[in-house]
Amino acid sequence: MNDHEISLSPTEQAHRVRQVELLISRLLRIGVLTSLCIIVLGMMLSFRHHSGYRESADELKHLVSNDAEFPHTLPQVWDGLMQLQGRAVVMVGLLALIATPVLRVAVSIFAFIYERDPKFVVITSLVLLLLLLSFFLGSVE
Amino acid sequence: MTPVAFTLWSFGASIVAGVVGSLLGLGGGIIVIPVLTLLLGVPIHYAIGASIVCIIATSSGAAAGYVRERMTNLRVAMLLEIGTTSGAISGAVIAGVISPRWLFIIFGLVLGYSALAMFRKRHEITAEVVPPDRMSDRFKLHGSYYDEAIGREISYRVTRAPLGLVLMYIAGVVSGLLGIGSGSLKVPAMDLGMRLPIKVSTATSNFMIGVTGAASAGVYFSRGEINPFIAAPVAAGVLLGAWAGSHLLGRLQGKWIRLLFVVVLLWVSAQMLWKGTFWR
Repeated sequence: MNDHEISLSPTEQAHRVRQVELLISRLLRIGVLTSLCIIVLGMMLSFRHHSGYRESADELKHLVSNDAEFPHTLPQVWDGLMQLQGRAVVMVGLLALIATPVLRVAVSIFAFIYERDPKFVVITSLVLLLLLLSFFLGSVE
Repeated sequence: MTPVAFTLWSFGASIVAGVVGSLLGLGGGIIVIPVLTLLLGVPIHYAIGASIVCIIATSSGAAAGYVRERMTNLRVAMLLEIGTTSGAISGAVIAGVISPRWLFIIFGLVLGYSALAMFRKRHEITAEVVPPDRMSDRFKLHGSYYDEAIGREISYRVTRAPLGLVLMYIAGVVSGLLGIGSGSLKVPAMDLGMRLPIKVSTATSNFMIGVTGAASAGVYFSRGEINPFIAAPVAAGVLLGAWAGSHLLGRLQGKWIRLLFVVVLLWVSAQMLWKGTFWR
């Protein structure tokens, strides 16, 4: 690749780097606030549905015991959501929180294209690939 | 204890974990796991599941501020994430082949030594002269940030990037195998090895741990180890704590960050040595 053909002026380069920093910062803030709101909403739903949560200590033993019931596959989360179960709503918020860093890596690829930085486009794509590979390996295990 | 009281307790402890984690670039598991298991009687696998959520929340909660303030070195973070993610995958693959016992002892010693080395250079703000490094130049890793505590812009040069990559790979393998040390190995690698200023090291580590955390979170979710009743107050508390911590880091002196980190490092090191020595 011909480096001088695609390079930007130093001021334009610095400007774009700053724009990208602000974009990533904003993306993280939106991801965090969205998931926080969904998690709090889900907690409120749970506490409203189960009035026993305020008095009964037995309820707690059940909630944190090894056979506690909660959704842990995507279809289960979806079913719980349709019934407006608080724990399914919480799970959606937690999944949004987990997705935020992955999304951040994906967006960074485009950010480095915008910065005209081919080396880092390759590096970031490699990181995303490794991330997806580890998801895949995890689900096989 | 009622479920409401449980929620409030874990929420409060998680705020503390978020503040400490965001200042030091750690996941906060060293606070969340003992509080959940020892004080609140949560089974260990749910506590670990919650601590993975804690890592991601610390990272994302503080990173918005750190990236905006240029405390995070985005390029260093991206480059080193190649090391951590490939290390984590290798760790998962070789799990069961290597006995964790010796790893606990080896890395307990490594962390103890890092604590000592970091304590010795506690008064240093940035390295005066760093050895030139072709990789850092080629990837334009050098940077600068505005230090609120000192009141001026601090420029720094990065060095030994290849060593940094190797150390991050090892850090990835180890945290994949042992489940601890997501940040406690990364910060010394950047501080002592690549000679980044301490605040840049913790902020960059903070940024990186979210990615590795997200990679393993999927596994914990499908194994049913992320219990929403436990993880929800942890996530909410950590997010608030990390947000607060990210506003604190700029104002604190680097010396105090280092000292706090040394204390935590000694604690983690002792814990690893203990586990290795009394391994059954």
